[in-house]
Amino acid sequence: MSSRREKAAELRRLMETDGEAVGEHTRTVNQLSDYAITQFEDYEACREAARGIKERAIENLPELIDTVQEAVEANGGQVHIAQTAADANRIVESIMDARDAEKLVKSKSMTTEEIEVNDHLEDAGYEVRETDLGEFVIQVADEAPSHLIGPAMHKSPEDIAALFNREFDLDEELTGDPHQLTEFARERVGAHIRDADVGMTGANFVVAESGTLMLVTNEGNARKTAVTPDTHIAVTGVEKLVPSLADLQPFTELISRTGTGQDITSYVSLLTPPVDTPVPDFEADEFGDADDREFHLVLLDNGRMGMREDEDLRETLYCIRCGACSNTCANFQSVGGHAFGGDTYTGGIGTGWEAGVHSLDSAGEMNDLCTGCSRCVPKCPVKIDIPWVNTVVRDRVNRSGDADDFDFLVEGLTPDEEPAGLDLQKRFFGNVETFAKVGSLAPELANAVAQSRPGGWLLERVAGVDSRRDLPELATETLREWYGARGSQVTDAERDVVLYPDLYTDYFDPERGKAAVRVLEALDVRVHIPEVPESGRAPLSQGMIETAREQARAVHGSLVDHIDRGRDVVVVEPSDAAMFREDYSHLLPEQSHERLAEHSYEILEYVYGLLDNGADADALAAGDGASVAYHSHCQQRTLGLAEYTEEVLDDAGFDVRTSDVECCGMAGSFGYKSEYYEVSVDVGDHLRDDLGDVDGERLVASGTSCQEQLGVLYERDTPHPVELLSPR
Amino acid sequence: MSTDLLSTFESSLAGVATAHTTTAAAFAETLTGIVEAPALGTPLPYDGVTLDDTGVETEFSPSDLEAASTGVTAASVGIADYGTVTIPSGSAGEELVSLYTPTHVAVVAASDVVAGMPEAYDRLGEEFEAGRDTQILATGASATADMGTLVQGVHGPHETHVVILEDR
Repeated sequence: MSSRREKAAELRRLMETDGEAVGEHTRTVNQLSDYAITQFEDYEACREAARGIKERAIENLPELIDTVQEAVEANGGQVHIAQTAADANRIVESIMDARDAEKLVKSKSMTTEEIEVNDHLEDAGYEVRETDLGEFVIQVADEAPSHLIGPAMHKSPEDIAALFNREFDLDEELTGDPHQLTEFARERVGAHIRDADVGMTGANFVVAESGTLMLVTNEGNARKTAVTPDTHIAVTGVEKLVPSLADLQPFTELISRTGTGQDITSYVSLLTPPVDTPVPDFEADEFGDADDREFHLVLLDNGRMGMREDEDLRETLYCIRCGACSNTCANFQSVGGHAFGGDTYTGGIGTGWEAGVHSLDSAGEMNDLCTGCSRCVPKCPVKIDIPWVNTVVRDRVNRSGDADDFDFLVEGLTPDEEPAGLDLQKRFFGNVETFAKVGSLAPELANAVAQSRPGGWLLERVAGVDSRRDLPELATETLREWYGARGSQVTDAERDVVLYPDLYTDYFDPERGKAAVRVLEALDVRVHIPEVPESGRAPLSQGMIETAREQARAVHGSLVDHIDRGRDVVVVEPSDAAMFREDYSHLLPEQSHERLAEHSYEILEYVYGLLDNGADADALAAGDGASVAYHSHCQQRTLGLAEYTEEVLDDAGFDVRTSDVECCGMAGSFGYKSEYYEVSVDVGDHLRDDLGDVDGERLVASGTSCQEQLGVLYERDTPHPVELLSPR
Repeated sequence: MSTDLLSTFESSLAGVATAHTTTAAAFAETLTGIVEAPALGTPLPYDGVTLDDTGVETEFSPSDLEAASTGVTAASVGIADYGTVTIPSGSAGEELVSLYTPTHVAVVAASDVVAGMPEAYDRLGEEFEAGRDTQILATGASATADMGTLVQGVHGPHETHVVILEDR
């Protein structure tokens, strides 16, 4: 389809122009941030507190708006409520007009990007200058910011030097030396600040009871912008309000650690404007009276009050715009915010913002770049379930689609709960169980068809499956068929478990299932493998929430009887373990989810527990010092389960090393999609760079798609770690 | 004020600023060793501590501000865990002096050093109640990474000092 081709071409272009600079920057900050968080023992307590403050603040927002209005007016400032971007711009322009102002300087603010105040003021004849150096670069280049806090991070120093040399009439050309570039920009920007009539800032937080703004910067430009001119306009979303000064404490400790990887930024300004600082008039060389200062707080709604009423989008309002979700995102690291971004906002949480303040269309442009890998979840300082927000937005985008010529064909094949007009690619991947079931009736034929040229053409044409990817091959015998014929081989069982026959293990890779059975049996566990439906991971990842909910109900129905009989559920595929533990909280009644979550274990987590409770480790295959390169699965890491695999392998005598990358880039169906294939390959290349040479080592991965991706990267079979432990 | 707290404060400062421990009596001498003329300052609230005889001017114009090499202001709180000082800014122009000069010297009483951010916010709550309701939590020099690598000294100071008055 041409639109898939166009999307692929656009992503290719942005990886070419922005990828290298973005990748270097985000990966560095992500590592710094990991370190800063590790060193901070109050991290979880602060997140908990921050989350609670935001929940209550959004809950009580109308009261907080009244409170801040009173406080700011008592301080001598004014509050303006802007329903829309146009309202906000009109208000700003009227202030400029009333102050006889000609020139405005701005410190970095995403909210003013959202309302596009620069364009509005410039069209009205005013001069607007950005003072954050990154924003200054973007303004000179006439581009949009590519990251919530690093607006120009897609540009290398050489790019910036070339830009300045082109745009400014310089006696001497600038080189790509960051110190020289900083000095140059600082001089230019400094002159603009001294010369400005009005300073505009955003606000990281606004304290309702005192009218205090919190501004977080490293450069100091926000400080200069706020106090040098005699007029200060702060434009901020209503969601930035918190009740009291003390509420700022957890955020002060979190925002830099997650955002930049610093413990704290150079400056956290707590301004209660209008401030008492005398007004410097550099031209007349005298100080004006601070009583002449004016302060205006423009509180922007622009869809936020609607988000507040929206059960699924509300969480987005808790976002403190730190950018951690972008830095930790493998896809963002490859493509940057010009690809992974909408009209204004970028990265994982950008989708929620775009859906809330702009449109589903704008959110839909970027939404599929979130694969739900969940690596952003532990990094979000306010514990937003970013993958869930993205899934909900995807569902809404799905439902806003128009029916397509092929719909009749696929709808007949797929028993899902989704509307006509759902993108066929999503319908295909969301219903992969149906195709696997049909195919496994005659696996050789199905494999032959899928691998044939016409089959490949049809898959690419209809379902957007990239022909450069080999589809996994259906096994000639499913895991359940094998086990049904073989039966349990434990005579004296200590305990009984259900081994969840996930779609991939059952139909495509029974070997890892067989290894799981043998390992469990070696530890005196009797295994049951009943017929259980696909977990719902496949439709959920396509945003097909209702279909996923149906699946979750069916899975729960199949498993609960076993749980009632005292059997734990053991899961080979980490994304399904995550489904039972986490995602079902959105799909099932609380009690049902908790019961399943409590009794579900990832396979090597369970083995670890058995060994910890005295099972005989000698019954498993011995490592004898063999070297193992191990890539754990993203959701497995988020749940803190990867350590169990490492421990068990270590105890069995393997010498294990791991990769540090956030995600392999395959991410379930993502790497099969023709518009994303090249992004997936780029992300995979970083995994390969990180893991390096694996000659002479065993190469293993826990997740289905990681196994596929590593198999392609290293051109060798990549088994599941449980296969290393199987006694035969 | 425990010595533990002070040593934590000093080691946090080590990464971001230059720490000087002195007494009220030795303050002038300590400061003279740090400041580079021309220097500007705002009044200090500590008993027996002034900027008199230190060569630091407390009367200045905007052009003096632009020409100054050093700025000296008081800090209301020192935060040991972070090496942060809070700079109250009021009508004497503390915000401008601490921001426009390439070298900033913050003077803090040892008794105003607290352990962490929760304690600092308790103190800030008291400060705000008392009307000192604009304060900057400053940690080290101004910096940017927007040009491709970390550069110190952007719109604010590129060098910072913290003078700790151990008997105040």
